[in-house]
Amino acid sequence: MSASHDDHHHGPAKGLSRWLFTTNHKDIGTLYLWFSFAMFLLGGTFAMVIRAELFQPGLQLVEPNFFNQMTTMHGLIMVFGAVMPAFVGLANWLIPMMIGAPDMALPRMNNWSFWILPFAFAMLASTLFMDAGAPNFGWTFYAPLSTTYAPSTVTYFIFAVHLMGASSIMGSINIIATVLNMRAPGMTLMKMPLFVWTWLITAYLLIAVMPVLAGVVTMMLFDIHFGTSFFNAAGGGDPVLFQHVFWFFGHPEVYIMILPAFGVISAIIPTFARKRLFGYDSMVYASASIAFLSFIVWAHHMFTVGMPIAGELFFMYATMLIAVPTGVKVFNWVATMFRGSMTFETPMLFAIAFVVLFTMGGFTGLMLAITPADFQYQDTYFVVAHFHYVLVPGAVFSIMAAVYYWLPKWTGHMYDERLGKLHFWLSFVGVNVLFFPQHFLGLAGMPRRIPDYALQFADFNWISSVGGFLFGASQLILLVVVIKCIKGGKKATAQVWEGAQGLEWTIDSPAPYHTFTTPPDPKLIHAQ
Amino acid sequence: MLPKAKLWLALTVAAVSMFSTNLQAAWELNMPQGVTQISRETYDLHMQILWWCVAIGVVVFGAMLWSIINHRKSKGAVAATFHESTKVEIVWTIIPFIILVLMAIPATRVLTQAYDSSESDLDIQITGYQWRWEYRYLREDSSDEEVAFYSNLSTPRDEINNLLPKQENYLLEVDNPLVIPINKKVRFLITSNDVIHAWWVPDFAVKKDAIPGFINEVWAIVEEPGVYRGQCAELCGLEHGFMPIVVHALPQDEYDAWYAGRQDQARAVRAQANNIVNMSDSLELGETIYGRTCIACHQAGGVGLPPAFPALAGSSVVNGDLTANIQLILNGVPGTAMASYSRMFTPVELAAVVTYIRNSFGNSTGDLIQPADVNALLEAQ
Repeated sequence: MSASHDDHHHGPAKGLSRWLFTTNHKDIGTLYLWFSFAMFLLGGTFAMVIRAELFQPGLQLVEPNFFNQMTTMHGLIMVFGAVMPAFVGLANWLIPMMIGAPDMALPRMNNWSFWILPFAFAMLASTLFMDAGAPNFGWTFYAPLSTTYAPSTVTYFIFAVHLMGASSIMGSINIIATVLNMRAPGMTLMKMPLFVWTWLITAYLLIAVMPVLAGVVTMMLFDIHFGTSFFNAAGGGDPVLFQHVFWFFGHPEVYIMILPAFGVISAIIPTFARKRLFGYDSMVYASASIAFLSFIVWAHHMFTVGMPIAGELFFMYATMLIAVPTGVKVFNWVATMFRGSMTFETPMLFAIAFVVLFTMGGFTGLMLAITPADFQYQDTYFVVAHFHYVLVPGAVFSIMAAVYYWLPKWTGHMYDERLGKLHFWLSFVGVNVLFFPQHFLGLAGMPRRIPDYALQFADFNWISSVGGFLFGASQLILLVVVIKCIKGGKKATAQVWEGAQGLEWTIDSPAPYHTFTTPPDPKLIHAQ
Repeated sequence: MLPKAKLWLALTVAAVSMFSTNLQAAWELNMPQGVTQISRETYDLHMQILWWCVAIGVVVFGAMLWSIINHRKSKGAVAATFHESTKVEIVWTIIPFIILVLMAIPATRVLTQAYDSSESDLDIQITGYQWRWEYRYLREDSSDEEVAFYSNLSTPRDEINNLLPKQENYLLEVDNPLVIPINKKVRFLITSNDVIHAWWVPDFAVKKDAIPGFINEVWAIVEEPGVYRGQCAELCGLEHGFMPIVVHALPQDEYDAWYAGRQDQARAVRAQANNIVNMSDSLELGETIYGRTCIACHQAGGVGLPPAFPALAGSSVVNGDLTANIQLILNGVPGTAMASYSRMFTPVELAAVVTYIRNSFGNSTGDLIQPADVNALLEAQ
């Protein structure tokens, strides 16, 4: 009798209510990850529309207005719907297991953080079916294009952003509370896995900048509906103020999307090199430095707005400085691989591709920091290539690496390695064919966010589109791999990977519904 | 192997056939060196940073590749146990820092030069509109005839909609290019009338945002006569991809002749303002202007893109009170993409376009508007 009572208490609820009312960090992590994948496919579909229209010069498939809606929705959905929730999903699944905690510190709020998101994105996506059309002013929504000149659906966009911000802030509070209060005895801060460290720092960034984003969209709301003139020059307002406030959020946002990726890569490379991470302490300090610098570089997005030269120089120097801690990270990863004993399973392939391609995005980032050169790069496809290199083979590859790496722990089965490798190689080739030619397009003078282009840009555009279709189609393989792995496959051991270190590898695969209800043996906690 | 070989063959044939359809297209890989001292220095700076990045990449990726090849388990590699070295961390913090300082020095020098817009020989005010540029030559003496005009995309809509073959300068040609003298310091004072645009000519290494309420300064000394093309670089709405910039740089004497010709034109427009026009000429001129300007929003056949861009066919404004209709075109509709066209067109052109829309797309008011009617409203303002 008592045993069956225990089963009832410890197992998940049945049916839909399990997912609606769950306060379990693993369930919520799963919800976040599936939601993020759905958004990735939706945002990816929009990207396919963009690449299809740009396949040839001339307008073939869509009107310029719809094209602008596609670029806007693609950006918003990928940033707020795909990349950020994926990392929150990973945090939910992994942070309690990595620090030996039974769950997140605030489980009910955790449920709410997630369940806000489907409503926020349903509201945002519903604008596509309205007469006025979806937001069409770019994901950076510069005023006054997004205020005085915006379609009426901008109000839906504003409230959707408010909801996403509330979700992110609650998620961050939860992560900070969990990491600071619920570590198992013996899990000192400097023994935490880097994924936990980078997420702790990311959570502080989120708490710092999400209210700024909420502020800027609220100012828009007031300009549009209540007659204020924050960003309306005719009323004495300042359109450049919008950009300052937006990028004060927007630049740390970039690191919000990449710091957890650094954590993932710092877990995977040591595992498959069978060698401890090189320079753990310097990794922590470098992450913190990047987070600090992220607050004082925002105006490098605005080198052409006509700032005084002192401002241009300050933001150029500060931006260049970011190369130092970022370089330290890359050097540490290479030093970890150096004289290791490496194998190349799918997570490692994605991790290595991350290091190489993210670094290439870093190089173009350094070039973009050089203000006079930026005058030529600004708002061209060179910028598009730059940030897609850091976000797609950067952030997105790290998420895929993480999914392959921890999938056996989540499902209890090994994934199909052949399919995983196929997915990797097609993605790797696709992403480079897609984005590398965009550097050339930008340097040759193609502006971003245009539905049609001059003839000299035709060749690299069709190549880029072919790469885009290949990359897009390959992502369906990931769906197949994950479903196959959930349904069955070779049983995974607790350890899963020969070289894996950390508390999550000491518990069974699949991880039981409740883990670490009593703290783990402190002897299991090693320096990273 | 055989199916694989066939696949490659098929792919190669497909690739080759795609190249052949696009033979005249360029494979431009790099930034233009341009025709100003600043543009060349910017190019040099760009190349210098690029080579630094390539060098760092070769070292880092080389070390990584070497490890991947040699330190693999399948080759029997046994993992070492080292995992930290403060000395090494300090070295790879300081070396990048030194490289950054080496990059920052020339960057600062070029930026300082580019920012010195003092002592210009000629000032031109550039105003961005949805979706055209206005160029206004600033005069020393206000009694001189002013030269000011709008510059619109002149690529026919039928080329954009794939109904006509695309010409060489597809999307990069305008009706009225900006004309400047060579070897003179020309200062551009850039602002906007509605949303933010950016004025960009790659060959001058000049890109500056056009922001309502602000006037940004930027300059160029063009060293070679020629035609230089650019595009709006900041998303500015529906027709952002269709507001190119064309600059003709002429030797001083040719520039002076052009400038005097423009002044004569401006005088002639004023003289024509009270001409009497007939219906067929008006419809023809009106159709040309509609096809160049109005069509972007109100679309072919006047069907519009509701709700943002209303239809003209059957519209209550176009079929309603004539004066109100003219006023709307003269003044625009604040807060929408409908700009004020009172300065963008001459009274003759404004009269013609109103005549055209009131007698086309199924609208049949029969009104023939005279330039004098428009002039009267303009003068009353």
